[in-house]
Amino acid sequence: MSRGGAGRARRTRPGVRAPGEPRWVRLSLIGFTALFLGVVLLLPLASIFSEALAGGWRACAASFSDPAARSAIRLTVTVAAIAVPANLAFGVCAAWAIARFDFRGKSLLTALIDLPLAVSPVVSGLVYVLLFGLQGWLGPWLARHDVQIIFAVPGIVLATIFVTFPYVARELIPVMEEQGREQEEAARLLGAGGWQILWRVTLPRVKWALLHGVVLCNARAMGEFGAVSVVSGHVRGKTNTLPLHVEILYNEYNTAAAFAVASSLALLALVTLALKTWVERRQDRAREEAQRPADDDPGRTAGTGEELVYVHHA
Amino acid sequence: MSITLERLSKRFGRFAALRDVSLEIRDGELLALLGPSGSGKTTLLRILAGLDAPDPGSGPIDFGDGERDDERRVGFVFQHYALFQHMTVFDNVAFGLSVRPRRLRPSRDDIRERVERLLRLVQLDGLSHRYPGQLSGGQRQRVALARALAVEPRVLLLDEPFGALDARVRKELRAWLRRLHDDIGVTSILVTHDQDEALEVADRVVVMNQGRIEQIGTPDEVFHHPASEFVMSFLGDVNRFHGRIENGVVRVDELGADVPLEAADTRGDGVTARVFMRPHDLSLARGDDGGESSFAATILRVNAAGPSVRLELENAAGRPLQATVSAEELARDRLAVGDRVQVTPRRLRVFTDGHASADEESPGG
Repeated sequence: MSRGGAGRARRTRPGVRAPGEPRWVRLSLIGFTALFLGVVLLLPLASIFSEALAGGWRACAASFSDPAARSAIRLTVTVAAIAVPANLAFGVCAAWAIARFDFRGKSLLTALIDLPLAVSPVVSGLVYVLLFGLQGWLGPWLARHDVQIIFAVPGIVLATIFVTFPYVARELIPVMEEQGREQEEAARLLGAGGWQILWRVTLPRVKWALLHGVVLCNARAMGEFGAVSVVSGHVRGKTNTLPLHVEILYNEYNTAAAFAVASSLALLALVTLALKTWVERRQDRAREEAQRPADDDPGRTAGTGEELVYVHHA
Repeated sequence: MSITLERLSKRFGRFAALRDVSLEIRDGELLALLGPSGSGKTTLLRILAGLDAPDPGSGPIDFGDGERDDERRVGFVFQHYALFQHMTVFDNVAFGLSVRPRRLRPSRDDIRERVERLLRLVQLDGLSHRYPGQLSGGQRQRVALARALAVEPRVLLLDEPFGALDARVRKELRAWLRRLHDDIGVTSILVTHDQDEALEVADRVVVMNQGRIEQIGTPDEVFHHPASEFVMSFLGDVNRFHGRIENGVVRVDELGADVPLEAADTRGDGVTARVFMRPHDLSLARGDDGGESSFAATILRVNAAGPSVRLELENAAGRPLQATVSAEELARDRLAVGDRVQVTPRRLRVFTDGHASADEESPGG
């Protein structure tokens, strides 16, 4: 996960260049980067769209009207609609706890939040199979009560939540730590309760970081392949998400349809990227505004006492 | 509202921020908690606000009329304002009223009227639609004050309220704060590390050091009758020497000669003593002939920029000392760099180990 590192870097003004670097060094660095990105990133992306449209618009549209494709789209949207709000709630709670309180095991908790990013998605899926599968710890009990989690929608939702839960929390924690607790203390001393502080002070201050996390979380939730693949069971029309559907189409040599469906995922990525960039800009601007030093304007500061009148405690 | 607190202690890990502090705050007074950083003044303020809890074993904090802690209604002004950045000035000031439960909340019109009155009080009417980011530091601090006053606090707590402002604005604002306090009369506690600020605005000053109260008194008392060496050195510049008490006089070898200085309280014989002299309590005279209680020194530097002239001197033994004289004295005595002068302390303070304090005019010279 990039964590928006590039977006946060100070943008250098055009025309300002690093001193001392010869022109050829600059040009070859830029050239190499552009070439690399072109071959590794842009070319494949373009090929997705060109392959998708190779059979014409009509063929492309037809691959979406297929019932299996429709079911996959529906499932993907459903899973994201559950996983993203769940992780939003979790992320806010976790970030609040970590940024605002000191407690034993805090660093362990912080490290645990990163676990899904460190572990292979396949392993994330297998964990749930081990837990809820027929041979798993809770499997027999679930089977007796006729609850199916693995190879069904609940398993897919769980696996998706697992792989996407760091995104919101990790966006919020540094922002909330940087902001400190003073404004919340001020709100509390003015008589606000916990919910009022959350809704009126804390959340408005972190809204851009929150949105950033949600955008990334959603992109991953809709695009997740590995973990979902393990728990889904690939039941066409039932437990196939979009990425799984693409794979099945591809394995069936239905290249045109595979690329058509894949193009929708690629489009999602582009939209995500655009949203992410926009949010980062807003975030930068909000930060600059909050940190702009106060230039004291002596003409506007305290006047003379004569104008002061008793108006308090009316 | 008067507040009484007894035997208050607070530790942060191994650091004792407050040690057994007892204090009474009188109704309607402006009290300054003065001390260096780490002296416990902010901790005390935060405990009074209810932001931190005192250690178990501390005595009770009595807010006068037996109110419960959660109804103590304090107004708190933070050093860095802690304004809500995403709200306008109006919404900041209205916050304390608008978060009240419905049955206690004033009507929209009432809130508007009260906020506008408060903004007039802090002289910010007309800026109610700005955001904090669009205000100067002094203006932000006054918004913070208006916001704290909006809930009609029974006590106003100010944590280094002018610490983040530049010197000129700070001076203006503290004079203004004093007048405001006289107008609205709410019991106020101000934390500061700036002795000028404390001495200028407060009715009483509490000097703190290392989690303890060193002295409580009016600005005049703590400045002219410091109860400890710490208070003496913290409030204003001092010259400090080592000496001993012999036959009713203080002898300071460091002054180059075995100069006897007279002081009122010279109990104990042969006791070592620390002798403090304020720069403005020193008289300078040209020449070598001073008197019994004077000593010789050479002028190293003259700084005449300011209302009085600051001189850096060196005595015969090479010890540096400072003196302050008026511009008239400087001109009359034609004092200049390199001159040899006789220094006579008009007043000095002596602290000995067992008990402190002699605090009298020295009639010598």
